[in-house]
Amino acid sequence: MNSFTREKLEKRIGLLVLPLIGGAIVVALWAVASSTVATSLPSPSRTWEASRLYVMEPFEKRGELDQGILRFTWYSLTRVAKGYVIAILLGTPLGFLLGMSNFFRASFDPIVQILRPVSPLAWLPLGFVLFHKPEPAGTFTIAMCSMWPTVLNTALGVRSVPQDYLNVAKVLKLSKLKTLVKVMVPAAMPYMFTGFRLSLGIAWLVIVAAEMLTGAPGVGGFLWQEYNSLIYEHIILCILTIGIVGFVLDRMMGLVEKRLRTG
Amino acid sequence: MAILELEQVHKSFGTTHVLSDVSLSVEPGELVAIVGFSGAGKSTLMALLSGLSKPDQGRVLFKGKPVEGPSPERGVVFQNYSLLPWLSAFENVELAVREVFSKDSRNAQRERVARYLEMVGLTYAKERRPAELSGGMRQRVALARALAIEPEVLLMDEPLSALDALTRATLQDEIERIARVSGKTILLVTNDVDEAILLADRIVPLSAGPEATLGAPTPVEIARPRDRRAMNHDPHFRKIRASITDYLLETQRVRRARSAANRRVAAESALPVESPA
Ligand SMILES: Nc1ncnc2c1ncn2[C@@H]1O[C@H](COP(=O)(O)OP(=O)(O)OP(=O)(O)O)[C@@H](O)[C@H]1O
Ligand SMILES: [Mg+2]
Repeated sequence: MNSFTREKLEKRIGLLVLPLIGGAIVVALWAVASSTVATSLPSPSRTWEASRLYVMEPFEKRGELDQGILRFTWYSLTRVAKGYVIAILLGTPLGFLLGMSNFFRASFDPIVQILRPVSPLAWLPLGFVLFHKPEPAGTFTIAMCSMWPTVLNTALGVRSVPQDYLNVAKVLKLSKLKTLVKVMVPAAMPYMFTGFRLSLGIAWLVIVAAEMLTGAPGVGGFLWQEYNSLIYEHIILCILTIGIVGFVLDRMMGLVEKRLRTG
Repeated sequence: MAILELEQVHKSFGTTHVLSDVSLSVEPGELVAIVGFSGAGKSTLMALLSGLSKPDQGRVLFKGKPVEGPSPERGVVFQNYSLLPWLSAFENVELAVREVFSKDSRNAQRERVARYLEMVGLTYAKERRPAELSGGMRQRVALARALAIEPEVLLMDEPLSALDALTRATLQDEIERIARVSGKTILLVTNDVDEAILLADRIVPLSAGPEATLGAPTPVEIARPRDRRAMNHDPHFRKIRASITDYLLETQRVRRARSAANRRVAAESALPVESPA
């Protein structure tokens, strides 16, 4: 075996082993912290004991707020999906308008910049006022918070469509619509997907806040309920679940994005 | 009547005056070659002729009417190919064909695309995306795309510059054949004087920039088909080559001398008056 492939192999092993080592170190620190400085923090083993049922029977439904962790995750995901789809359906055309028209950009860019940093905690009450029910208020909040990366990245993508491509369209005298569909959208697609990926990340971030405040069943609702019932182990279970699901979602979008860039 | 005309055209980008007082008249069916140094303003000139950009002063006329904007009547082979990277070679040509021959059946359109890809020798690579094509292959796709829409005038901006000598020769013959058979008007920008002499009815040199302008046209009176190798010994060929090369080098020398003088003036006026220690 030559040194090149050996190096490669070692790198592979490193990629698998090093994260495990990192994880082990964090768990060890957690264990030490929970027995010394932060005694109210459940230890890793207690967390596992308390969470076992929820993890081993992930789809079980024992009661409204006593269900398997993946079942809760599923509820949260469907809720996220609704708000996210609305965000994309609104955000993409808005991004195109911002990217294509200087007039539109001058008029609305400041508003976008002002609305963008508004916290979900601020949108939710407005959602209640508008829709009177928690479920649509949550969807509204997710949409309002997660829309902006799609808007801004789409606008950026539209603005960075190379002039050369537009010249091709001009020489062929493509109509405005055809130029949009056949040149601008495909050229801006990689940027749009970056926006979609970031938006999904935010939508997932917001779901916890939305569920906590609305008390809807889901990972966030479960987390809040267990906090109120003083079962702190489950808070950690929920945090880990939220993190892992968010990571997987991001990776999945990242794969699609990469294919768009290279393909 | 001239099919394409430039009347005392000026074009600047900000403070750089690229073209100054450019006039040109191209007859139908003529193949005119424009030769000039890199950065002189050849692509700028082509953009004006295609209608992609507007002159600051002067007029651009197509069939006696001012050019309002780009149109498929004046097909362009862009210097940087400008292929759409998400489409295959076939689809790139097809996009143009479907737009210009929108009344044809899908089969006729596809057949036309295939014919022109065949002509540039790319049938085997028609499913590949631009990223999977070599520079020369991309140029050929761009050429096929421009030819396939059968424009009245073909504006070609260094269409063969990225090709190896062999492919280049083949495509030169192809351009020559198209010019002869179709009787199309062709404007060919090139930085290769020999290529210009081989293909053109008339050669117009573009002086070195900034403020480049077109020099006196030189007609090429060598019988067609022209033989590359025999031509090298033709006294007329040598005379044309010498006169164009001399003209270009002379304009470059003048420009350099002038900008050196400008720099000197600028430097002297900027220097503090101070005796060296
Ligand atoms: N859009 C633009 N904005 C500013 N300057 C420009 C622009 N387009 C061209 N120029 C300038 O105009 C001059 C001529 O450029 P042009 O591309 O026409 O040269 P060219 O003769 O085609 O050169 P080459 O043989 O290298 O293609 C250059 O100095 C260039 O920097
Ligand atoms: Mg050029």
